[in-house]
Amino acid sequence: MRDAENRIWSREGAVRMRSTKARRGAAAFAIVVSASIVLAACGGSSGGGGGGGSAGGKAPGLAKAECAPIKSVMTEYGDLSGKHVKVYTSVVAPEDVPQKNSYKLFESCTGATVDYEGSKEFEAQLVVRVKSGNPPDIAYIPQPGLLKTLVQTTGKVIEAPKSVVDNVDKWFGEDWKKYGTVDGKFYAPPLDANVKSFVWYSPKMFADNGWTIPTTWDEMLTLSDTIAATGIKPWCAGIGSGEATGWPATDWLEDVMLRDNGPDVYDQWVAHEIPFNDPKVAAALDRVGGILKNPKYVNGGFGDVKSIATTTFQDGGLPILDGKCAMHRQASFYAANFPAGTKIAEDGGDVFAFYLPVTNADQGKPVLGAGNFIAAFRDAPEVQAFQTYLSTDTWANEKGKATPNGGFVSANKGLDVTNVASAIDQESVKILQDPNAVFRFDGSDLMPGAVGAGSEWKELTAWITGESTKDALSKIEDSWPAS
Amino acid sequence: MSVPYKFGQMFIAIGAFVAVMGVVLFLADRVRSRKGEVVQTVVFVLPATLMIAFGLLYPGLRTIYESFKDASAQKFVGFDNYKTIFTSEDQITVLRNTAIWVIVTPVLATLIGLVYAVLIDKAKIEKFAKALIFLPMAISLVGASLIWKFVYDYKATENQQIGLANQVLKWLGLDTYRFLLTEPWNTIFLIVIMIWVQAGFAMTVLSASIKAIPDDIVEAARLDGVSGMRMFRYITVPSIRPSLIVVLTTISIATLKVFDIVRTATGGNFNTSVLAYEFYRQSFVSFNNGLGAALAVMLFILVTPIVVYNIRQMRKLEAR
Repeated sequence: MRDAENRIWSREGAVRMRSTKARRGAAAFAIVVSASIVLAACGGSSGGGGGGGSAGGKAPGLAKAECAPIKSVMTEYGDLSGKHVKVYTSVVAPEDVPQKNSYKLFESCTGATVDYEGSKEFEAQLVVRVKSGNPPDIAYIPQPGLLKTLVQTTGKVIEAPKSVVDNVDKWFGEDWKKYGTVDGKFYAPPLDANVKSFVWYSPKMFADNGWTIPTTWDEMLTLSDTIAATGIKPWCAGIGSGEATGWPATDWLEDVMLRDNGPDVYDQWVAHEIPFNDPKVAAALDRVGGILKNPKYVNGGFGDVKSIATTTFQDGGLPILDGKCAMHRQASFYAANFPAGTKIAEDGGDVFAFYLPVTNADQGKPVLGAGNFIAAFRDAPEVQAFQTYLSTDTWANEKGKATPNGGFVSANKGLDVTNVASAIDQESVKILQDPNAVFRFDGSDLMPGAVGAGSEWKELTAWITGESTKDALSKIEDSWPAS
Repeated sequence: MSVPYKFGQMFIAIGAFVAVMGVVLFLADRVRSRKGEVVQTVVFVLPATLMIAFGLLYPGLRTIYESFKDASAQKFVGFDNYKTIFTSEDQITVLRNTAIWVIVTPVLATLIGLVYAVLIDKAKIEKFAKALIFLPMAISLVGASLIWKFVYDYKATENQQIGLANQVLKWLGLDTYRFLLTEPWNTIFLIVIMIWVQAGFAMTVLSASIKAIPDDIVEAARLDGVSGMRMFRYITVPSIRPSLIVVLTTISIATLKVFDIVRTATGGNFNTSVLAYEFYRQSFVSFNNGLGAALAVMLFILVTPIVVYNIRQMRKLEAR
């Protein structure tokens, strides 16, 4: 036995020696390759950097007729030919095409080039890139809370120049400016927006059954009972979204908080002036539970209450098309999830959306929404020029025209509704531009990341799968960072 | 900056690197005394040491240092972060899951690989059978998780099924099952994905060492009347023991670092999170730097004994 084992080892030894040589060769190759990559990376960033000197000349394209609308705000940045602006966003194919098309005017008028980079890992990667000293020039940040974290913990976000401030004062409401402001300094103008207080339904299905669109919460529950009596589950929902699983549930809670208690209490809740497990929040969550955790109402086309947690939000509303579900609460951007050929219209359409009814007549008709904000990380004329361009009414209209299939909404007051493609988007723009509408930003996007992108998603997911309202809210409250 | 320009830069960099290394090697070769050997050694070891210090040691120490600080890495909080790991209900779940992963995955993957390797050894369809179980190795963990996520997909029994597993249950006349949602079995179902991928690795390595068992040993054992289970127990397993240990430890280390599967399949929800995923979540999603660093240190502490054991085992082999 001993002998035999020895033979095994000696054979392995021979193999080992042979592979050692091969390994040495591989190691040498690896060193050469990695060293050259490091060197190349070091060289890479030098070109785009300081190019402030050439400002003041006249941009080659600004004299063109189509550049007239942005001539006045762009002239101060001069000739930007050969300059590059690196944009980093969460918008990936195919939605990135309209984005890129809407930059063409800027590129032809100023001579600068926009280098677009979209990533599904945007939110996590942006922080890593900024912290490690490799930030993009411009990033579209979907959460004011993230902007705040970036400003306070890295200090790398550049304050908006005067031209941007002027644009925002002119084209946006005071509240939108506030979302881009951290500690009294204004950093990021809004890019786009969306309206979340919508319930998707099938106008055909409603017409066939003689159902009417509810205007109060109680009417909506009565309608749900009527639908449930026919054997159809009236509601369908999905909160699955990979790492962000749970966010659609936070939107439900925010919408109801806003409706039950009005904008002032909502602001206090978001700012943590009232605790997350306040009885008012508990009452709001229980109201949400009256639908989402009601086995008679959910989950049409998927299964029972728990199936909400494993259904992706993209799939959540699709059973409406099969007649297996009647209502689905989701933002204006959900339109993009219906298959091509779906008729989105109020009269005889396959799907359309109505305004999520109010619960408390005293609080008016509040609207919940969200949007992206344009943050700059490099202090250079071409970057400022691009940030300025994006905050003009011209860009909003360009983007509207460049998005023929719908899916673009902005709170920009200069956006002409006729330039927006879909009926839902037009509705959203009207709501956002209405000076009397009480608009509030998605609360989880305003809260600190540990809550808004952490415990709130997680606990509301656990709440769907069985956790009590009290436990879920207490755990979120406990996770609020002390500061 | 144009592409040719970047390429030019790259070639210049490679050229410079080759030139510098050439000079170093030439000089080191010229010194041919006993002292010269020391110089040679230093010249060769120094770059690697510097790179390891810069790329491994410094970040490691820095992580340990930050694990004693608060969420935004401003104030020192002592052992608070570690206390959280062992007291907070969520973090205890994470530790429990990690333990389940590390115990179940290597044992099952190796066992399945071993039994499979023995069963198909010298069989007619050996090559085909090997390819079959080795194929998943070629799929990335994210890809594998996506595939299994569809397999596990849940719809209530009366609905049309997308998930293969639930369709099978339906054919058998059973109710559909929430594979990814029902605790604590969901962790086991995630582990199945890892085993699916790793069993091929275990099978390949073990099959090779089974083939390396000298025929005379096997024959001698046969003459002594050993066969079947006893042959497996007394001849095969002892002969391939070193390979078994390598396979077990390698899969253990891979399992401790498991991240892709949890992230892709459940996003850490339904109490399926593990250390490697949780430290990423805390650091980059919740911006709780301190706790994230502490979790990373925990992971490091857990991996170390396995790595040490692995190295010791290799040394033992070399000493023989």
